[in-house]
Amino acid sequence: MKNTVEHPLKKYFRGEINYTTCSGCGNGIISQSILRAIDEIAIIFDQIAFVSGIGCSGWIPSPSFNTDVLHVTHGRSIAFATGLKLAAPQMKVIVCAGDGDTGAIGGNHFIHAARRNIDLTVVCVNNGIFGMTGGQVAPTTPYNSVTTTTPYGSIERPFDLSNLAIAAGATFVARWTTYHARSLKNSIKKAIEHKGFSFIEVISQCPVQYGKVIGMRNDPVSMLMHYKECAVNINKAKNMSADELKDKIIVGELVEKKNIPELTDEIKRLRREVSRK
Amino acid sequence: MVQINKDACKGCGICIAMCPVKILEFSDDLNKQGVHFPEVTDESKCTRCENCMIYCPDFAMVVS
Amino acid sequence: MQNKKYSIRKTDFIQGNIACAEGAIAAGCKFFAGYPITPASEIAHHMSRRMFEEEGTFIQTEDEIAAIANIIGASWGGVKSMTATSGPGISLMLENIGLAVVTETPCVIVNVQRGGPSTGSPTIAFQGDMLQPKFGSHGEYQIIALVPSSPQEMFDFTVTAFNKAERYRVPVFILADALVGHMRERVDFPFEDEIVLDERKKLETYQGTHQKIFLDEDVAPMPIFGKGLKANITGSTHKEDGFRNVSDPKIMDNAIKKLSNKILKHKEDIIAVEEKYLEDAEVAIFSYGLVYRAVLETVNTARSEGLKVGSFRPITIWPFPQEQVEELSKKVKTIIVCENNLGQIYPFVKAAANGNAKIIFLPPKILGALYKQEEILNKIKEVIS
Repeated sequence: MKNTVEHPLKKYFRGEINYTTCSGCGNGIISQSILRAIDEIAIIFDQIAFVSGIGCSGWIPSPSFNTDVLHVTHGRSIAFATGLKLAAPQMKVIVCAGDGDTGAIGGNHFIHAARRNIDLTVVCVNNGIFGMTGGQVAPTTPYNSVTTTTPYGSIERPFDLSNLAIAAGATFVARWTTYHARSLKNSIKKAIEHKGFSFIEVISQCPVQYGKVIGMRNDPVSMLMHYKECAVNINKAKNMSADELKDKIIVGELVEKKNIPELTDEIKRLRREVSRK
Repeated sequence: MVQINKDACKGCGICIAMCPVKILEFSDDLNKQGVHFPEVTDESKCTRCENCMIYCPDFAMVVS
Repeated sequence: MQNKKYSIRKTDFIQGNIACAEGAIAAGCKFFAGYPITPASEIAHHMSRRMFEEEGTFIQTEDEIAAIANIIGASWGGVKSMTATSGPGISLMLENIGLAVVTETPCVIVNVQRGGPSTGSPTIAFQGDMLQPKFGSHGEYQIIALVPSSPQEMFDFTVTAFNKAERYRVPVFILADALVGHMRERVDFPFEDEIVLDERKKLETYQGTHQKIFLDEDVAPMPIFGKGLKANITGSTHKEDGFRNVSDPKIMDNAIKKLSNKILKHKEDIIAVEEKYLEDAEVAIFSYGLVYRAVLETVNTARSEGLKVGSFRPITIWPFPQEQVEELSKKVKTIIVCENNLGQIYPFVKAAANGNAKIIFLPPKILGALYKQEEILNKIKEVIS
């Protein structure tokens, strides 16, 4: 697409900005939030590497972002990112992966990276469905949802990925929706600067596949307004009952822990101690 | 001022919905992607909130 | 491949697995990721101590899939990396092994083979995974695999494995087995300055959006991360510049063929075989790894009895030494293939021989057990008469 007017974030792209996502997909909003966060930090883009998984969210950085990008196998982005960060700890490594990539096939890598508190920022694009492959149920799809693999309604409870991250030991966890693009940007900024495992869950609209599930097919505006309606800030949610919170999306910075040993620091410490012997 | 890359637009309508002063509307024409794209109805009312720019998934809106 | 004799810095009496780990360190390995599995765990134990002594990194991953993913990520971070496992672990790693191949990522993968399939017999030495690295991952691809037969070779071949991985930007396998991994023998260590090490061809400066970083039959330069080279790396079918194109068969055709030729074009440098007593042999015994030890002893005995038999041993099993086996088949009347399985490499020998010689498959009487000399000697005598 020939863009006649240059977008302020164009400098971060390999060529023309051309996401081939569906009309109204939340990916582009998240991409903007990530890049604006980076824009506001004093950091050279070349010092950031992106690792992405398989699924629509994997296309946020790959191949568009004009820096080191590693697009890997489904579910394994966090494992690749761990190896990269351990070998090149001076880099900031950001993972873009979906809820399927992180919570289904990649679940094991996700919880262990959180446990290790390795300095990564994981932006988890949670659209509640496996979008790219045609709308199959995901571990985040609400109970009773009709999807292409749950034609009678799903019979499994979904994960709360942020809670999972917190339980596994992540030291910075935030959840927003694409409606909260500015807050999302701010949390991504904090996550990048946080020394430790940061998990940013973004509830994001998939108007084609998930829109179909909730009766808002191809209606991204309604989905965004739905997020606005359902979102409750964590500070308010703390004082609400489970009943009041039913079907709500709790947003905000949920956990921030400092002074937990981070893995690359631990490795440096071990090297120092071992060589002293 | 709001500038629009009309051919980058996929016609999702998010910018129109997110504009707090409601100065964006779908065009009558179709762009190269075959969809209606937003047009500014009253530039003087623009508050430069940048919502249209921030929420456009296709980077089609530029607020300068 | 050179088999240079080097001066000995020190000598030790160590287990094959430990020798393998030390070979990796001598080759400059600075990153090890692995998951516990018999009979390979000693490599991880040793690396968990030594990596930190050598300013390297050790991580025990949550599973084997994470192990191979970690070493690929680390390789893109600019370091030589390795993992070690057994058959079940390689099975888990296969998908990402394919990713290492198409992203042209140098790395070393050690398989200390055990009885299979499935959980099998963890401590029985077996040669059941010989086809696995070459055909186990989906798709059409080439890798390099070396087969050591002793702790000394665990050291030497691991150094070679790193060199080949660096030179050809490809995953290289060491196919050992439980006995080669666990036996203790003398290992001679060379001086550091006598070890010839290969380093990957690196992209030095950013050459633009469409810089050529893949699909060169003579190996494209690798854009290490963190150097401002804006590397565009993906497992999807891609062009020389890394940009994916998954709809044009011409692009896929080019990608598959270039990647394959990158290895096959350099067979002369990559393939190593060891021949003994073949000058006047009527019968040759084809064997590799642990079995080669038994075969060599048998051939020595047979020669002392005046039997015109020789030994042909592939050190490199992949790419398969096709031309060398074809040459052999024109020199001898019979080739006896001895391998500890139901004939995994045997069909390749037969195909390469192409009718020039008779090819006989002779497994050990009991799979997983060592050959007795008589088993092989009797076959030799049967064939020669």
